[in-house]
Amino acid sequence: MQIDWTHFTPLASLGGGILIGLAAALLLLANGRVAGISGITGGLLRPARGDIGWRLAFLLGLVSAPLAWLVFGAMPPSQIDYTPALLTVSGLLVGIGTRYGSGCTSGHGVCGIARLSPRALAATACFVLAGFVTVFVMRHVIGG
Amino acid sequence: MPLVTAFLAGILFSTGLILSGMTNPAKVLAFLDITGRWDPSLAFVMVGAILVAAVGYRYAGARGRSLFGGQLHLPGAVGIDRRLLLGSLTFGAGWGLVGYCPGPALAALAVGGRPTLMFVGAMIAGMTLFEVLERLASVRAERMPPHAPAGE
Repeated sequence: MQIDWTHFTPLASLGGGILIGLAAALLLLANGRVAGISGITGGLLRPARGDIGWRLAFLLGLVSAPLAWLVFGAMPPSQIDYTPALLTVSGLLVGIGTRYGSGCTSGHGVCGIARLSPRALAATACFVLAGFVTVFVMRHVIGG
Repeated sequence: MPLVTAFLAGILFSTGLILSGMTNPAKVLAFLDITGRWDPSLAFVMVGAILVAAVGYRYAGARGRSLFGGQLHLPGAVGIDRRLLLGSLTFGAGWGLVGYCPGPALAALAVGGRPTLMFVGAMIAGMTLFEVLERLASVRAERMPPHAPAGE
């Protein structure tokens, strides 16, 4: 294993993580809801009365924050250059997988592990492992 | 009030993702590339988020209600089943292809251009497919009495 010291951002990442944790705590304390992005989004596809407003409000905040960020400065650099086919396959797998698995990086990885849920720990182990394997195959087997 | 706090939580969550570098799929893939040039940043995001969330969750759990007296909607499912494991493996495979999971993809939606729009469109299509399959399965389950002998 070789650490990429030039791109490693321990302080900014820890700080960003703390904000994410604060957001998760706020949503549970104020709204009584788990900050799982796939669950919040997926719930809109199964609309129930009285259960739509908070989801839309949260997602509106999530989507509009970078616009506010741009008022104060530039966004951190971002690279995403993939074929439409790969983006589509990836999006489909993420969409269907997070719904069958009842959560994603935020719901299982942050909120679930924060309350030491065995299901969340198992789910997180699975998606991180599958991520490791996929990147290994794409970069070092196919791309290598 | 619930709408205001949910909106603020969304803003805070998104700002955390941007600050931590997680809206850049290349940085996420660099974390998943453990045999290449590894960028451990994502682990720092998770540790910071989990520690702070754990304090909030503990406090909320002790209160038993939200600050405004509402119910805490925590997942009731226990038990680790095939659905959870296969779903999570599927998600991880998709995550490793591009480096987007639902949070960062939505946080980057307004500024990420066409690739992000395409990913989010496909992700919502995948979630919709799940809803359709679930509804079909529940219709089938209603029609078929439980434990009916096969072939009669």
